[in-house]
Amino acid sequence: MTLLDFARGPGLQISFIILMFGVSWRLAGTVLQRYSIDNSPGRHQSTVIDSLRTMVVRSMPVHQFEKHIKLQHYSGYLWHIGLFTSVLMFAPHIQLFKSVLGFGWPALPNSVILICASLAIAILLGLTIRRLTHPVHRLISTADDYISVFLTVFALLTGILAYSHLGLRYELMLAIHLLSAEALIIWFPFGKLIHTLMIFPSRYQIGATYGHRGVKA
Amino acid sequence: MGDKRSLGDLLFSQGVSRRGFMKYCATLTSLMALPPAMISRVAMALEQARRPSVIWLSFQECTGCTESLTRAHAPTIESLIFDAISLDYHHTLQAAAGDAAESARLSAMQENKGSYLLVVDGSIPLGNAGFSTIAGVSNVDMLRETAKDAAAIIAVGSCAAFGGLPHAKPNPTGAVSVEEVITDKPIINIPGCPPIPIVISGVLAHYLTFGTIPELDSLKRPIVFYGQTIHDRCYRRPFYDKGQYAETFDDEGARKGWCLYKLGCKGPLTYNACATLKWNAGTSFPIGSGHGCLGCSEPNFWDKGSFYAPVSVGQWGSREALFAAAAGGAVLGLGSALAVHRRQKKAAREEKESAS
Repeated sequence: MTLLDFARGPGLQISFIILMFGVSWRLAGTVLQRYSIDNSPGRHQSTVIDSLRTMVVRSMPVHQFEKHIKLQHYSGYLWHIGLFTSVLMFAPHIQLFKSVLGFGWPALPNSVILICASLAIAILLGLTIRRLTHPVHRLISTADDYISVFLTVFALLTGILAYSHLGLRYELMLAIHLLSAEALIIWFPFGKLIHTLMIFPSRYQIGATYGHRGVKA
Repeated sequence: MGDKRSLGDLLFSQGVSRRGFMKYCATLTSLMALPPAMISRVAMALEQARRPSVIWLSFQECTGCTESLTRAHAPTIESLIFDAISLDYHHTLQAAAGDAAESARLSAMQENKGSYLLVVDGSIPLGNAGFSTIAGVSNVDMLRETAKDAAAIIAVGSCAAFGGLPHAKPNPTGAVSVEEVITDKPIINIPGCPPIPIVISGVLAHYLTFGTIPELDSLKRPIVFYGQTIHDRCYRRPFYDKGQYAETFDDEGARKGWCLYKLGCKGPLTYNACATLKWNAGTSFPIGSGHGCLGCSEPNFWDKGSFYAPVSVGQWGSREALFAAAAGGAVLGLGSALAVHRRQKKAAREEKESAS
């Protein structure tokens, strides 16, 4: 069995089994946790509007600090768009999703994907340098952040190299790319990458809690 | 076997013009990635080359490799390579049969001890000696006996190079490649199902010209022919780069000649020269005819999933395993939550007790 055979076969299976197990564990653990009982009467009949409002407000830079965090905030958006475009709109990736889901969707031209992936890498590396050099960012960063950044950049970079037939032989580079993506998939439920699934439900819940207490945040 | 004329003498006696011969030499020189200055050396070497003795053994095979070389649409200059060698044994092509055929092999081995070339097509069954025999001799015994005094071995076709279709799961005959049996001789693999005729003749010409084997890759394939992927040199590559793919074999994309990636083309993973040398006197190759590459010059291509599944599609195993993993995770999550509940209750109780 070649490295590519492993990456396309057992490697893929193992990584997705771990992903399913981990995500299910994190979600079940979060949903089933014991919530403290708030005995105070609610300030609103419905907190849905408050929840939705919080989801929107927290997706924008905090007004008071906007001047200082604007660049970081919007560059964060940009690299996420680059990442998701590369993952979801590249024809070979869509073929992979199609084989699982049973349906596909139109792909973007490869040159667009190449630009998106390159931008995502550049911005993420720039933000990481900022994380390393800014005293507050450095203080609040943990190994989890650096592992997540490394795995994401590595998967993007090996994808670009494999697509462009640069560096190693194509089948070896493709195998490394698949393995790097599998490492990212395995890491996903156990690190901060789980925010992909948690971010909007948690903002909704925060909005609901604050709304209950009559706090606008 | 007794003919000691040079290749030049033979070709010219068969009506091949000097110009035609030089064109062939120029093609070979180019194929072998040699500088143009080497054309005259290749021509001189080929012209003066004495015919080396070649013994061609066919084991578990379909004769496609021999057909590839001999059944071109018209007699080609590639097929004339047979005139450049003294083909002393080839049980598909030779007139002799039975004892006469076998004694031709044995006498060729004796007379050219240490200098003859051994060409093998077909895989070698190790499961049972009776699975494939020639004149009552098992394939593996005949290979070992003949390889012993050979100068080099050329494994022609994917069966001889990697085990081929007989090696496919569950491999009922225990088929193996030449290099799994012979480990002490120089081996050149020329895989393909079948290989391109000019690649076979090109390797033979290289041996005739330089007396050495060409530079090989990690799978013992000549780099000059197997150094690039089909995808690298495919005329449909610009469509891949633009993201334009045929979705079915008869849609508009297919009619416009778009990339066949989504239809399972294995060109990106396949090292061969089909896209440049092509088949039938340079007329076409599978992708040119509208079908994706099967990857037939790569090991185990027959056991790597559907021919029609794109390269990026993995082998997922069972969906049941994924559901079982999800269920297991949910149970663990529930267990974790219950444990936390219990701990919180205990802490609350202790706090209450200490307060009272």
